Amino acid sequence: MIHSLFLVNASGDIFLEKHWKSVVSRSVCDYFFEAQERATEPENVPPVIPTPHHYLISVLRHRIYFVAVIQSEVPPLFVIEFLHRVVDTFQDYFGVCTEAAIKDNVVVVYELLEEMLDNGFPLATESNILKELIKPPTILRTMVNTITGSTNVGEQLPTGQLSVVPWRRTGVKYTNNEAYFDVVEEIDAIIDKSGSTITAEIQGVIDACVKLTGMPDLTLSFMNPRLLDDVSFHPCVRFKRWEAERILSFIPPDGNFRLLSYHVSSQNLVAIPVYVKHNITFREGSSQGRFDLTLGPKQTMGKAVESVLVSSQLPRGVLNANLNPSQGTYTFDPVTKMLSWDVGKINPQKLPSLKGTMSLQAGASKPDENPTINIQFKIQQMAISGLKVNRLDMYGEKYKPFKGIKYMTKAGKFQVRT
Amino acid sequence: MQEWANQLCENRQFGSKMTDSKYFTTTKKGEIFELKAELNSDKKEKKKEAVKKVIASMTVGKDVSALFPDVVNCMQTDNLELKKLVYLYLMNYAKSQPDMAIMAVNTFVKDCEDPNPLIRALAVRTMGCIRVDKITEYLCEPLRKCLKDEDPYVRKTAAVCVAKLHDINAQLVEDQGFLDTLKDLISDSNPMVVANAVAALSEIAESHPNSNLLDLNPQTINKLLTALNECTEWGQIFILDCLANYTPRDDRESQSICERVTPRLSHANSAVVLSAVKVLMKFMEMLPKDLDYYGTLLKKLAPPLVTLLSAEPELQYVALRNINLIVQRRPEILKHEMKVFFVKYNDPIYVKLEKLDIMIRLASQANIAQVLAELKEYATEVDVDFVRKAVRAIGRCAIKVEQSAERCVSTLLDLIQTKVNYVVQEAIVVIKDIFRKYPNKYESVIATLCENLDSLDEPEARAAMIWIVGEYAERIDNADELLESFLEGFHDESTQVQLQLLTGIVKLFLKKPTETQELVQQVLSLATQDSDNPDLRDRGYIYWRLLSTDPVAAKEVVLAEKPLISEETDLIEPTLLEELICHIGTLASVYHKPPSAFVEGSRGVQHKRLPGSAGSGESVDSPDTGSAAGVSEAPPAVIPSQGDLLGDLLNLDLTPPTTTGPPPPTSGMQMGAMDLLGGGLDSLLGGDLGGNPAMAAGFGAPPAVMPTSFNAPVSGGLDDLFDLGGGVGMPMGSYSPPKTVWLPAMKAKGLEISGTFARRSGVIQMEMTLTNKAMSVMTDFAIQFNRNSFGLAPAGPLQVLTPLSPNQSIEVSLPLNTVGPVMKMEPLNNLQVAVKNNIDVFYFSCQYPISMLFVEDGKMERQVFLATWKDIPNDNESQFQIKDCHLSSDAASNKLQGSNIFTIAKRTVEGQDMLYQSIKLTNGIWVLAELRVQAGNPNYTVSLKCRAPEVSQSVFQSYEAVLKN
Repeated sequence: MIHSLFLVNASGDIFLEKHWKSVVSRSVCDYFFEAQERATEPENVPPVIPTPHHYLISVLRHRIYFVAVIQSEVPPLFVIEFLHRVVDTFQDYFGVCTEAAIKDNVVVVYELLEEMLDNGFPLATESNILKELIKPPTILRTMVNTITGSTNVGEQLPTGQLSVVPWRRTGVKYTNNEAYFDVVEEIDAIIDKSGSTITAEIQGVIDACVKLTGMPDLTLSFMNPRLLDDVSFHPCVRFKRWEAERILSFIPPDGNFRLLSYHVSSQNLVAIPVYVKHNITFREGSSQGRFDLTLGPKQTMGKAVESVLVSSQLPRGVLNANLNPSQGTYTFDPVTKMLSWDVGKINPQKLPSLKGTMSLQAGASKPDENPTINIQFKIQQMAISGLKVNRLDMYGEKYKPFKGIKYMTKAGKFQVRT
Repeated sequence: MQEWANQLCENRQFGSKMTDSKYFTTTKKGEIFELKAELNSDKKEKKKEAVKKVIASMTVGKDVSALFPDVVNCMQTDNLELKKLVYLYLMNYAKSQPDMAIMAVNTFVKDCEDPNPLIRALAVRTMGCIRVDKITEYLCEPLRKCLKDEDPYVRKTAAVCVAKLHDINAQLVEDQGFLDTLKDLISDSNPMVVANAVAALSEIAESHPNSNLLDLNPQTINKLLTALNECTEWGQIFILDCLANYTPRDDRESQSICERVTPRLSHANSAVVLSAVKVLMKFMEMLPKDLDYYGTLLKKLAPPLVTLLSAEPELQYVALRNINLIVQRRPEILKHEMKVFFVKYNDPIYVKLEKLDIMIRLASQANIAQVLAELKEYATEVDVDFVRKAVRAIGRCAIKVEQSAERCVSTLLDLIQTKVNYVVQEAIVVIKDIFRKYPNKYESVIATLCENLDSLDEPEARAAMIWIVGEYAERIDNADELLESFLEGFHDESTQVQLQLLTGIVKLFLKKPTETQELVQQVLSLATQDSDNPDLRDRGYIYWRLLSTDPVAAKEVVLAEKPLISEETDLIEPTLLEELICHIGTLASVYHKPPSAFVEGSRGVQHKRLPGSAGSGESVDSPDTGSAAGVSEAPPAVIPSQGDLLGDLLNLDLTPPTTTGPPPPTSGMQMGAMDLLGGGLDSLLGGDLGGNPAMAAGFGAPPAVMPTSFNAPVSGGLDDLFDLGGGVGMPMGSYSPPKTVWLPAMKAKGLEISGTFARRSGVIQMEMTLTNKAMSVMTDFAIQFNRNSFGLAPAGPLQVLTPLSPNQSIEVSLPLNTVGPVMKMEPLNNLQVAVKNNIDVFYFSCQYPISMLFVEDGKMERQVFLATWKDIPNDNESQFQIKDCHLSSDAASNKLQGSNIFTIAKRTVEGQDMLYQSIKLTNGIWVLAELRVQAGNPNYTVSLKCRAPEVSQSVFQSYEAVLKN
């Protein structure tokens, strides 16, 4: 099971360690540092590193490496999933998951880690339960605690932990009962030089914010459930019912949670909402290169494409770029060779473009590599897969809740090759 | 309003000061002293703050163990947070202060009785974390109570505590009977308790590979499956991993478990998904393939695996390593999902490389165009490692999908045109492989390759290029110049290049001997005289000998047709793959090594196997016997190892003439070595080699051995005998060699014995001619055999009824059986015989053709043959050449059948007839053979496979003997 945890910051300092079994010397991290040094980029550190007596399994989140030490055969995914849960919990408790935030709340961090794992076995990882055990620090509570001497630690046995619905605490009360659902889809795509789609897929999630009194039992149905053939559910969803009727039936956790995530694979036809016309060329023997980029909307169902951000790693030989954007602003970092262009909203009448020249080192040969263009965007009020919620019903409680559903499409890893 | 806002602002500042970072700021000296004072303060609040400071220091690795007594004093409190903090401290430092830690015991015992289950659980949890031997004994009673606590929260915590205690003191846990209690908890009513009990037992079982802790039977399985639906995600992982160890009784049970596990594939936790995949992959083995459900299950496995790839890169990596295994075992699952493995430019390098690997595994004729387009794209990326692997991947595609080879080659040529140095080098390395796979097909590109000769600076690329030049020397006009250019810096090259250069130049010489004599002499002398590398020197000498003695043989050896390279070079060996499939999701699956290979102190050598497939009809009891059952029983007892060779032949002390010495030579190689001493080399070199001590040493060994085997009375190789003409009539049936003199009259006071062996209607006969060359009459003949390899013994007395007068001969036929005492002889078919007459006892030894021992019922069933052939490890295969045999395959087959070598199947591939034959020896050993006959080629190749590879040599001799007569 998980033996120890080390938190390592970007500069390679261990700033927190926690041991659930016997103490493992922090020198074990030397193997990690070695791998870190070898990696060209911070994210290239291999997630599983063997050492003579231990295995180090790490994730990189918010520029912090969470390095778990294990000694016996443990499923690595189990460890990685747990580390994710630690990150999520920190974020949940402190708003951000940064070195500063962790140091500021080190006692809570320690208490949390102690609650989350017992002898390496996960104990309480549900945010609802943890919050009952250890109250998240708030400015007000910290003050009150300081004055009255009361503590962050709950006095009660976390009720949910033993009930049939361990994800929901009992005795929830709200004056305003509301249930909001966000359907968020990210589109991952690779577009080739000529503009045709090599692969495109959609990662979708339905995040919920449910604040309902008592023990509500909800059902959510879709107009086109057939889209959802590859889904992962929150444990609250009744799987049998979904299998039989394609209806989501569940007793929701209290507060924010991810109801389901789904995947629309590249085998389905995925609509591509933007297109790029590009012309990035270098001529042999010339120290100048041409750069010409135009963006336009494609299958957007009439919705506006917003928050567009284009970035591209230009070839190493490029010294500088002298470009002229028709809208928005661009920056070029001559050290990392990263070009980024903050476009904003795409106006279909006047397509945004970025044109100009790149200067190369004099006398250098033409760069070998073709830069890839990375695009980020957002489209409100639309799920690109076409998924639509039909209705939401509540059983088990008498009041009428407020209900709401929002759709959004974002670019995930949306790449255009040149 | 403004004022209120100001106040809020102030509060904020106040609040920020309130954060825990302040605990980190006290680094002044005397800090410990200050803390001590605060810990002993009367004010509760101050105490708590002090404990917090202590914990903070501890977290960043400062040593605050000196405060142990003071902190422990704070333990007896009603404040839950303070209690927890003190517990935290205790867990960290109890080990360094064992005596002090005992002070805490009472509080634990008291807390275990607390009415609040949270406190009870907390106490039992903390207790287990105090890793001090002295304390553990005190903890047994409270733990026992907690294991039976009414509150499941306490029970589940106690279950984990057993595992902790076991880690500290395994014996204590066993003595106290905690393991049984833990086993009972598997049937607990609360799913969380079940999950934790399973987790604890699994962990304990890891350190006890042979204990039967997790005794799985249908009832417990049912319990686990029920708990699976209701416990937390982590519990589900433990339960699924535990289920994977179970072997269902039949396919029905297997299917029902699969049905109940499938919903887990839709779980949000990827570890649950992968553990479920493991269970399904394993149990699927038992389902009949024609079952509808089998197909459904295959379809259900693809989406969750694809989904894993949209997760964070670390998860992707682990998933990809496992998918790599799954794709090798069941390619059909993901065959349509090629696109999800396409590489995004900002994937971490470790993800990119894994994706590439899987792309090649999934490449097929259907998707090769897409794959190639992608690979070509990758070859222009920035990351050098990745680019190299992509270029290599193109080569692997060419080798895997024959239809694409042409396109791959042209893609590689395009890449070579880019002139990017490392791309060119990789491309040349893979083109070499393509040449080996498809000889004489793409040589048109050689010219392009040669243009890039100068840019190659990596050994592998240089070696590949040299190989190509050497292999196709006849088509490259300036091959000698090209190779010569490498020769200049011979000693600076890496071994790989040197070896390749040596071979390349020898090839060139054999192809164009006239112009390259100087070159070959140069390289041979560089390799043999100026090199310190033994491999290089040896290879150099071998070529030297070959060239000098028998250029024709040299041609045959050096320019021999190479075996085609296999399609996929890095497939995991099937048994390992099976084991790894049973370990999907574990570290083993990430490293593609069996778990016994690397995880410290775990599981011992408990190998897991996939259960046998349905329809085999066997019920498989345990995973271990599962695979063994399908295979035939252990090979029949082979000849006992060579014991006292001087044996107890007639209880007399004698030295048999041929007891040791290597088997007779079979190829020209050794012969060549012999001749070499005679100065054969000189013809090439113009003499004066004798002065080279290395040379002398190198050649010293073989001749020292050779004479012994040549001087042996029954000299090596039966083929020698056949030169005599073979005039003796051969009866129908088994082949029998002509008679030879076994015992010359000189040695036996006038008695000369010549003889042979024959097999007639299932009986082995020893046929002898006894000739009296002495002056007196001989009577009272008797015969006896020493123990021998196959237990040959006279079936009756030697029938020489009349006395043998001088100059008289008599023909005797002695029937033999094979029930005599057995001892391994060298050579195997050696037989030591004693013959007695009225004058004296005489000893001789002779060799019988092993074909005498081929029994009539040696025809194997085709199926059995196939299975056996596969089953015998390749190490046991030996290959021999039979030269100058002019029989057609059918004639050969008939001829061999006469000697009980049975042809089971015949296959014709590219003008080559392959005969598959089986032989059974009298002692039950089976020999399987593959005889390759090519029309027009007098040289046959015979491959022999046998569980007792020792017999192969003798069997081959029989083949040769039978075929040539």
